[in-house]
Amino acid sequence: MTSAAVRTAFSAHDDARVARAWSALQDVLDPEVPVLSVCDLGIVREVRPRAEGGLAVVLTPTYSGCPATEVIADSVRTALEDAGLGPISIETRFAPAWTTDWISVEAREKLRAYGIAPPAAGANAASGHSDASRGDAVPLRFVPRRISPPEPALACPRCESDDTERLSAFGSTACKALWRCRACGEPFEHFKPI
Amino acid sequence: MTTASIDVARDPSVQYLLRIGDTCLIQAQRLAEWCGHAPVLEEDIALTNIALDLVGQARAVLARAGRLEGERGGVPHDEDQLAFLRDERDFLNLTLVELPRGDFAATVLRNAALATFFKLLWQRLESSTDAELAGIAGKAVKEARYHQQHAADWLLRLGGGTDESHRRLQSAVDHLWPYMAELFDTDPVDEAAAASGLGPRWAELEAGWHAEMDPLLDEAGVARPAPRAFRSTGKRGVHSEHMGYILAEMQTLQRSYPGGVW
Repeated sequence: MTSAAVRTAFSAHDDARVARAWSALQDVLDPEVPVLSVCDLGIVREVRPRAEGGLAVVLTPTYSGCPATEVIADSVRTALEDAGLGPISIETRFAPAWTTDWISVEAREKLRAYGIAPPAAGANAASGHSDASRGDAVPLRFVPRRISPPEPALACPRCESDDTERLSAFGSTACKALWRCRACGEPFEHFKPI
Repeated sequence: MTTASIDVARDPSVQYLLRIGDTCLIQAQRLAEWCGHAPVLEEDIALTNIALDLVGQARAVLARAGRLEGERGGVPHDEDQLAFLRDERDFLNLTLVELPRGDFAATVLRNAALATFFKLLWQRLESSTDAELAGIAGKAVKEARYHQQHAADWLLRLGGGTDESHRRLQSAVDHLWPYMAELFDTDPVDEAAAASGLGPRWAELEAGWHAEMDPLLDEAGVARPAPRAFRSTGKRGVHSEHMGYILAEMQTLQRSYPGGVW
């Protein structure tokens, strides 16, 4: 009789701890885009109880060489241990690869409000901006820039004009490109869709 | 005080992974030399961003290689030991990436050739029987595609730019082209990887590589030297005279201050 009851009780206790962990993680911000939480970014893939006590947290890196990865792992561990949920083990999971499609709709709005043009939704599936680093099998057509078709319109996060252009394919962090608005004259960053 | 070098397992699967990880690592080391020296600020940022992606890829692949050493009965190593405590003959990167960075045209050509190669290799490695390598490949293929687009864009601009930019690009092709053959040389390490499903023989990537590189170089208006018998042998551990200098710079801190951390 008791084994099922104990298991249920144990499981309910675990569920509560996992729920508390997810709640605490809402306050752990990305160090390079400090308007988004690690949950907003979609890099926390799983939180589960460990047999030996504490919790295991599975993180997926945004870019292979993202220098924020270790800071994020430390922040996650600290936040959960401070919430009394430790000990915490962090696991890195590469597959499935992180995609900007995992950034929530609300988070995209937070990005725009922060001054970063968010990635187009569904970037991983089909067409997107030409600075998308997609891994699909669409053949590339290389043409000199002067005769290449215009970039798909990207709205300026400040004035919402579509009269924008890409200044640099690479930006201040691995996940961003640098753009400029010709209407309001302001440069802005674009969260690259991958 | 200096730290002794480590001995690396002579297992073909480990060697297959080291060829990938070391090529990423040394290419990143060369690209990092551009930090503060690129012709324009945007390229300074681009080249170092690409280097950062490559370091991340190298780290993941070398970490896998080091654990595999243990699984195959050898002494396991972590990625830092493999990067900083191996001797020259135990590095298995392509000779192409250890050559001096040259001018911007040479860097652009090397980036285009390497990113095209890696994009094709990562695509195949996504179905590796090694689940961890397949996962790394799923991430890296997107990065390689972005690197390829960027390098190809510059390659066309240099080829169709001024007489001087065209001359420099042609000179880069003349100098670097003989080293491209090594990318597609196949040996028992490739055969073992193909047999176990770890990854493709690199020779299998040659047709796809030419299908993307040839039209690009044609459009840039540069001629390729005729094929020669010369073969570089970096991926078998026999390097050019430039390799030792890279390792001296890259390894000096860990050799001089063993186990030092930031």
